[in-house]
This record gives sequence, structure tokens and C-alpha cells, in this order.
Amino acid sequence: MDKLNSKVVKYFYTTMVRIRKFEETINEYFLKGEIPGFVHLYIGEEAIGTGVCANLLDTDFITSTHRGHGHTIAKGAKVKYMMAEIFGKKTGYCKGKGGSMHIADFSVGMLGANGVVGGGYTLATGAALASKLQNKDNVSVCFFSDGASNRGTFHEAINMAAAWKLPAIFVCENNQWASTTPYRTTTAIENIADRAIGYGIPGVIVDGNDVFEVYKEAEKAVDRARSGGGPTLIEAKTYRIKGHFVGDPEMYRTKEEVKKVMEENDPIVRFKEKATEKGLMTEKEMQEIDKKIEKEISEALKFASESPSPEPEELYQDLYV
Amino acid sequence: MREITFSEATLEAMKEEMERDEKIFIMGEDIARQGGIFGQFRGLPQLFGTERVRDTPITETAIVGAGVGAAMAGMRPVVDMHFADFLGVAMDEVFNQMAKIRYMFGGQTTMPLVLRAPDGIIRSAAAQHSQSIEAWFLHIPGLKVVIPSNPADAKGLLKSAIRDDNPVLYFEHKALFPMKGEVPEGEHLVPIGKADVVKEGTDLTIVSYSLMMNRVKEAGKILEGKGIKAELIDLRTISPLDKETVFESLAKTKKLMIVHEAVKTGGVGAEIAAMAAEEMLDYLDAPIKRLGAPFVPVPFSPALEKFVKIQTDDIVQAAEELCR
Repeated sequence: MDKLNSKVVKYFYTTMVRIRKFEETINEYFLKGEIPGFVHLYIGEEAIGTGVCANLLDTDFITSTHRGHGHTIAKGAKVKYMMAEIFGKKTGYCKGKGGSMHIADFSVGMLGANGVVGGGYTLATGAALASKLQNKDNVSVCFFSDGASNRGTFHEAINMAAAWKLPAIFVCENNQWASTTPYRTTTAIENIADRAIGYGIPGVIVDGNDVFEVYKEAEKAVDRARSGGGPTLIEAKTYRIKGHFVGDPEMYRTKEEVKKVMEENDPIVRFKEKATEKGLMTEKEMQEIDKKIEKEISEALKFASESPSPEPEELYQDLYV
Repeated sequence: MREITFSEATLEAMKEEMERDEKIFIMGEDIARQGGIFGQFRGLPQLFGTERVRDTPITETAIVGAGVGAAMAGMRPVVDMHFADFLGVAMDEVFNQMAKIRYMFGGQTTMPLVLRAPDGIIRSAAAQHSQSIEAWFLHIPGLKVVIPSNPADAKGLLKSAIRDDNPVLYFEHKALFPMKGEVPEGEHLVPIGKADVVKEGTDLTIVSYSLMMNRVKEAGKILEGKGIKAELIDLRTISPLDKETVFESLAKTKKLMIVHEAVKTGGVGAEIAAMAAEEMLDYLDAPIKRLGAPFVPVPFSPALEKFVKIQTDDIVQAAEELCR
């Protein structure tokens, strides 16, 4: 932590708060009926995307999931275009063709959220292969969760990336829930990271609600990948605070269970405590960031609501080149 | 013009394209060390090395998915499926990723990816190594599907597919690999989406592609001897379908027959017949005739396999009935 510069520390806080406020706003407007489709929230897991992406450059790639807002923001996408996309507007990242589950921003190496659970592994592996073939030193990170870790694509892609020593990093966000089914009822082993041995690559477990810890482990994995050492499997232990989707009645768990995690293990609160204790940021600095983000989100909301919907003639656009 | 085999024609296309653009690479099972199970990649690793001509694990899902990822990251991958039947293993990567990524992301990326899929019946390969599944992909917006019937088109369509910024499925019938024919040297491009009127005629239109196109040509000669002038159309591309060429012919001949090796039910012929019924009914002088395999998996025993294959005589007979 001593090596951390203030820019990175500020990035941690700004990014986590940006994700939290963005998603709270999405939650509110979805419940008001103003957002079409399905929305899956990342609240409570902000430290993972943030800690990992703090190690990445715009030229590095990530693949994301249906729960992808956090990764997208952490990789550097702009919230106003994300908001417009989620509202189905033509000013959105995907001109209203994608929605919450399919946001991409290729300009910052964000190769797309994915509506298919476990759909990202092979794509990240291919992007890493492209880097290798082009003799570039950029890396590819695949975010996925414990639910996706039981897909066959997990095995096929990690094996391929390991066999070819590709610059890929596989980040499992073990949030304890595969949609509505608890982790331990679908998976026999305690740790997803233990599977790394089967591929001959390092597997590490990290506290996914501690952004400093995530950052530190991701840094090692990114360095290793960049220098030709091949993939790493990182398992970040966390907890999904919100339902599988907004509107999920959550029959499968108690409100108390969720409340307890939020009270004891909120990654933003934990950051504040650590940052204050170590003198990395002041309360005042954090408040200024809070204000900046509030403004940014409300401007994004305004941009999204005032933006036009796609025109009928756009239906066939971008189907073929 | 010099004659080379279908297989050599595809190899020539690969060589020329890989020399032209270093972003092109090829990966698949048994292609580098073995040169492909049909020998269609022989010599490529010696020319371009085993990084660009890459043996993969037996993981069709990861092979296609990695092709998609590499295409998004600036490469132009060609992926060999070993057998077209194994596309089923990678179907999510084909229809949810490769076909949709450009549209879903509002045109932020292109998808210059070619899947080469050897298909069709050969030497009692049985139910899981003999299928013609091209019609599945006709149903998926975002894909292009090409399916050559001869060595010259094999070269020209493969080169066009590799240069296309859209995802292209390239079906190559296994029985065509040894077929010899005239193939232009050097730059020879066959446009995707354009059918070929192989032989002009006035009495009926026979539409086909791939191996069956060769049977149709044989049938055309026999029919000519019997006084029936058939117009023969080689589709070459089945997505997008060249409706215009088919309709133009139909306006002249007023009779339509479609021939393919794939199962007749829900096949390419069904789509062409439906299009003709929707838009050209007034021109038709006879019911539309479709020839395709019966609704059954391809059986192993040669004694049974022969019943799912369309023969030249079947085409002649059906054409005669149509013109009666």
C-alpha cells in the first residue's frame, strides 16, 4: 500500500462511488418504469472491477457480463453514454441496440458486456491471442462470477490461454449467488481459485470487498501476463447485495443476511476507514468527489432522458458492414 | 487454363491472402502438423509458421470464441471446424457472439472472421460426420454463408470471405476436395451474394449449390438430350440469397426446382420456394419442386446411406415430371 500514489487512491474512491451512484439511479428509474429490459446491479462488488481496472491501460481489453456496469465504468467508459444506452436512446454507446446487458466501449478496450453467462472467457482469450500474434504487450481481463464458473467455456478457454501462455487474466467475482441458487449447492469445491492447478497456472484468493487487496493481486497478475508469464485465475470473494435483477423478489434469502453484509462489509465504507486510518485521503476530499459524482450522474440522467430514440430507419444499420 | 483440385484451390487462396495481409491467421484441430484431415492446409505452416497456422486443443467452443475475440482485437482469423457437424459444439459463439456483436454494439467493431466447415456425405462417415447444415445459418441475421461447387469458386469465394468485414461461414463439401477444375492464377475474387447462371435454358429453372450443383449439371446434359432446356443456377452464396437472379430466371422459365443434399424439411429450398410463392406466383406454371434428403439422420451402412443421397437420375426424373 505504501507504493500507492494518490492518483490511484483517488481513482479507487471516485470509481467506486461513480458505480454506486450510477446504479442507485438506474435502480430508481427502472422501478419507475422508465428503463426497458432487464437490469442487473453490481452494488457491493465495486471494489473488484475498480481494483482490477486500476492496473489497466486503455489499450488493454476486458470482457464483462450481464452485471457489467461496474466493469464498464471502471474501464473508463463515460456514464452519460451508458445511461443513454440503458434508456434505449440513439446517443447511447450502442445507439440503443444493446441496452444494459450489451454495453461496449471499444475506444477504452471494453469489448462488451455479455448476455450469455460464461460468454466472455473465449472472447478474452481470443483478444489475448491477438495481442500475442501482434507482439503487443496489452493484456485481456475476463470478469465472470461463481455461477459462470461451472460453464464448459471456463475450462476450454482457460486451458487454451494456459497452453498458449496468453496474456489473459480470469477474474472470478464469487458473489455467492448463481442467479437465485447459492454457490454451495451448485459447486462442490470451496474455492474456484483451486481449479487453477488443473491448468498449470497460479490461482489466488482475494477479499473482493477490499479494493487495496484486489488492486495488489491484480497488479501481480497483470505484470505476469504483460511480461509473457501467461494467465492467472483470481477469485475475489464478495457478496451480491442486490437481487439477481432489479425487481427480483429474492425469495431465496433473508433481508437480514443482506443487511448484515452491507453493514459490515460495504467496500466503499471499508475504503473510507482504511484511507482515513492510513491518511491516504481526507474526509473533505471524499466529499468533493461525492459532489462531483452527484453532478455527473444527474447530468447523465438529463442527457439520457432528453436524447432522442433511434429512428425506424436505424433498424438495419450496423447489421452488416 | 491450368487445372487444380478444389482442395488446392482453397490452399492457394489461403496462401495468397496470408501473404497479402499479416493480420490473417488460421487455427483449428490437426491443421499445422497434419495439414488438415483432408490435406487442405498442407504446406501452410512451412510458409507461415505455427503461430499463424495454429493447432488448437479439441475445443470447438474456444476455437470459435477465440476467433471472435481476436477479430474484435484487430486480427482477421480463419477458423477450421474440422467437420461442419462440430459447429453445434460452438453454436453459442456462432449465433450469439459472432453474428450479433457488431449489431448489438451499434457498429463499434467489425467481425472479419471466416469459419471453414467441411460438410456433406462421404464414405459412410455416419450421422455426426456427414451433415449439410447450411440452412441453420440462413436463419441468423448478421452472418454470411457461402458454399462453392467447384475449384474456381472455392478459391474466389474463400478470398472474398477472408476480405469481408462480416462473419462468413464457408461450407466446403468433403467430396469436392479431390475434384479438378480450371482455376485462374493470382487475383480471382467471386463476389459474395451473387449466384451464377451456369447454363441458360427456357423450360425450367434448377437452383442448386455445392456438390449437388455438379449432379444438376450432369442432369442438365441428359435433359438436353431429351429436348428439355433447363436453366441451371449455382447459388454460391445462400446468405444473402441472390433472389434477383433466381426470379429473373423464373420469369423466363416459369418452372422452379431446387436441389440440395441437406434434409428437405426447412432447407434452403424451402426458403427459395416460399420466396417464389410469395412474389412470383403469377409466373409459375407448375408446382415448385424440391429435392432434398429425407427427414432422417445420415445412416452408416452403404445399403442405407444411398437412400439419403440425391442422384443425377432423381433430378432428371423430377425435371421431366415438372415439364410434362
